[in-house]
Amino acid sequence: MQKLGILGRKLGMTQIFDEEGRRIPVTVIEAGPNVVLDIRTPDRHGYAALQLGFADQKEHRVNKPDMGRFKKAGVTPKRYVKEIRIDPEAIENFKVGQELKVDEIFSKGDPVDVTGTSKGKGFQGVMKRYGFAGFRATHGTHEYFRHGGSIGNRLTPGRVIKGKRMSGHMGSKRVTVQNLKVVDVRPEHNLLLVSGSVPGPKNGYVMIRFAVKKRFPEKF
Amino acid sequence: MSNVHPMIDMIEKEQLKQEELPSFRPGDSVRVHVRVKEGARERIQVFEGVVIRMRRGSSRTTFTVRKMSYGIGVERIFPIHAPVVSKVEVTSRGKVRRSRIYYLRERRGRAARIKERRDDRNRRKKG
Repeated sequence: MQKLGILGRKLGMTQIFDEEGRRIPVTVIEAGPNVVLDIRTPDRHGYAALQLGFADQKEHRVNKPDMGRFKKAGVTPKRYVKEIRIDPEAIENFKVGQELKVDEIFSKGDPVDVTGTSKGKGFQGVMKRYGFAGFRATHGTHEYFRHGGSIGNRLTPGRVIKGKRMSGHMGSKRVTVQNLKVVDVRPEHNLLLVSGSVPGPKNGYVMIRFAVKKRFPEKF
Repeated sequence: MSNVHPMIDMIEKEQLKQEELPSFRPGDSVRVHVRVKEGARERIQVFEGVVIRMRRGSSRTTFTVRKMSYGIGVERIFPIHAPVVSKVEVTSRGKVRRSRIYYLRERRGRAARIKERRDDRNRRKKG
């Protein structure tokens, strides 16, 4: 097993029964196959990572600089490209253009972190966005039901402090869910079943990596 | 309902029980045989009552059974494809007009009775 990750696409959720008969909610992810587009080395780039690509992109949608990168790796253009850090000593195990499949990276029971882009909620008020309590509906409240209340003090400091939670755009941002468990790996369909929910809509792209907060499996 | 992805459909089909399940619907009375683990030993416990609702969806199908236990109403939700549900017996068929017979909760004793459904075939012809 590698201290690595894989790129994939969220297909949706369902539930399965485990050996002890418990119902486990799972997210089904179409994980890979990924191709190695480039390798970052400590000598040239200062860190060790693999640049992975997943899902084909139409050629006319790819700009020239990117096209050059795909050509160099000798693969078809990819839609979802991400770098995943690896151990500097493990670099020799990989080569550009190599294909990676789920079962080469994950096995049943592995702890993983899943990163994706959360569902966009648009411009939202402070109650939905930050869980503020708002105001009561009766007893004379006037046009102030879903407001956030006071946003500052008086002459000192005389301004609103930076980072004050106010209404604005919610969702559509990078979210990582940590310490999910791999419930099943099905290499025949490139499927990865992960316990619990995962950020983003169905068909959203996600990156699955070994959980940073768990001990990695024995070094390869 | 949105379309289910074929891969998810496939996973759900795997979870289905192989043996034929008895067909029942809200209003029917059933005996549910539940596997209960006590340490290393396993035994079967029977939960007998009226089906008050079914929630369908491939392997996610569940049904709720209500019974009166020493004067107290007890409801239990069973996933029909769960391994703990070893068997479901239908003891009687009930004639009800609703798919969720929650009104049973407000009724006690004679008022909570359900008329028996006699002939399935005739019913279907009329409807």
